Amino acid sequence: MSTPLLAVQSVDAGYGDFQALFGIDVEVAEGELLALVGANGAGKSTLLRTIAGSLKPSRGTVRYAGEDVTGAPDIQRARKGIGLVPEGRRLFPSLTVQENLQVGAATGRQGPWDLAKVYETLPLVADRRARKAARLSGGEQQAVAIGRALMGNPRLLLLDEVSLGLAPLVVDQLYTALPGIRAEGTTVVLVEQDLGRTFAVADRIACVLEGRIVLTGPAADLTREQVTAAYFGTGAHTEAISP
Amino acid sequence: MTWLSVVVQGMLLGGIFAMAAAGLSLVFGVMRIANLAHGDLMILGGYVASVTAAHYGVPVPLTIVVSMVAVGALGYLVQRSMLDRAMGLGELAPMLVTFGISVVIPNVLVQVFSNDAQPLSVGSLGTASIHVGGDLSIGWFPLITLLAAVAVLTVLQLFLHRTQPGRIVRATADDRAVVRLMGVDNRRVYALTTVIAFGTVALAGVLYTMRQGGVTPYEGQLTVLFAFETVIIGGLGSLWGTLAGGMVLGVAQSVGAQISPDLPLLAGHVVFLLVLVFRPQGMFGRSVLA
Repeated sequence: MSTPLLAVQSVDAGYGDFQALFGIDVEVAEGELLALVGANGAGKSTLLRTIAGSLKPSRGTVRYAGEDVTGAPDIQRARKGIGLVPEGRRLFPSLTVQENLQVGAATGRQGPWDLAKVYETLPLVADRRARKAARLSGGEQQAVAIGRALMGNPRLLLLDEVSLGLAPLVVDQLYTALPGIRAEGTTVVLVEQDLGRTFAVADRIACVLEGRIVLTGPAADLTREQVTAAYFGTGAHTEAISP
Repeated sequence: MTWLSVVVQGMLLGGIFAMAAAGLSLVFGVMRIANLAHGDLMILGGYVASVTAAHYGVPVPLTIVVSMVAVGALGYLVQRSMLDRAMGLGELAPMLVTFGISVVIPNVLVQVFSNDAQPLSVGSLGTASIHVGGDLSIGWFPLITLLAAVAVLTVLQLFLHRTQPGRIVRATADDRAVVRLMGVDNRRVYALTTVIAFGTVALAGVLYTMRQGGVTPYEGQLTVLFAFETVIIGGLGSLWGTLAGGMVLGVAQSVGAQISPDLPLLAGHVVFLLVLVFRPQGMFGRSVLA
């Protein structure tokens, strides 16, 4: 086995006195798609923020491409190829769609993604290029947020709550972009609430419950019942791990 | 002098206000710092020009460059050594730093150069004028300052909207945490912003000093008011609004002076207050985004 692209080892993290993650261990191989599943407040977004470097873990290490990046700030990790689509999209509201995408290229990384390719992959964005980001629908905003991260040519793309608050039809449109993104060899970690969609796209699934990973495995080997049980913390599996 | 002439003179004066206000607006937009030292930095710019011309024999036009570089470099040092750190401490800390600077500058100037005016003359250019017709004449020098202001604002506008570093500055103004996810060091953006702001205010200060024929240490207390009034009349976040704001303030002062020599400052403040009461977002201000 080659070294995984991302290895999170025994990570504790939180905000002030509040601890959100407890001894998290996760590995993601190059080219893989890992889906994080869990209830609101389980710590999925916190985990993504810790991987992206927006949040420093209080314990444990984050290794990326064989290198310990635990001490590296978010700026450096972005330049090394970790791209985060943050919770709530966080576009630059006073900039146009195209300008948002152009700022995404500030990582200075070379790769397949440029304006033309983003517009081709995300048709939701293409018709809106001159519009201010503040005046987009939720789905369009999400598409721009994904496009902006792609413009940085990430090797590891972290997608937080892609479908949150969006109509199923819009989410379908966003997900059609995923094969094109993966075709470039990009490794993806995504947070998704919809189990059907998770099983459809994920290579592996990790269930997060109250800041711990309670179940992880290849999507093909897991059943919906197992994942649902882990989601709500009702399954035998969970009881076996929690004291 | 006819009223038309009064209005034209006011508009020409407004160019300097607009140039001084542009940096104030930029720093507030990007870092949310109300720079209380902005007027004193303007005066410092005038001093640098005056002193290098009088004591080091630098040709007067060249003092503009010297002053912009010197005050711009000071901006880099202030940002890196003080404001960056203060910004980590809360909203109020950076403003207190700028307040401190606004106390230090005039007092140092008094200690070193006394209260006497430091002269800076542009020679015959200061009195040369174009006769337009009737009794309307436009001074060459005020015209040049207005053209310089338009040029500075145009370059700034093009920089912010047509270049990648400019886009990054605007993105940082929108969300300083998210630009970091794009590999952008927001502190470098702050440093660049402050250098631009200090450099342009130094230019405004040199032109102001040339227009007045000299500069005294405490004038910054007045010019900082003009800069704030210009930004608020024009509206935050719009450089053309800043130009218009400067002109409105200039015309108000000029008309006030025509009515009575005591009135120019009061007239300017009254217009400013009226704008604040009836159109608090300013003439061209964009609505603040959530």
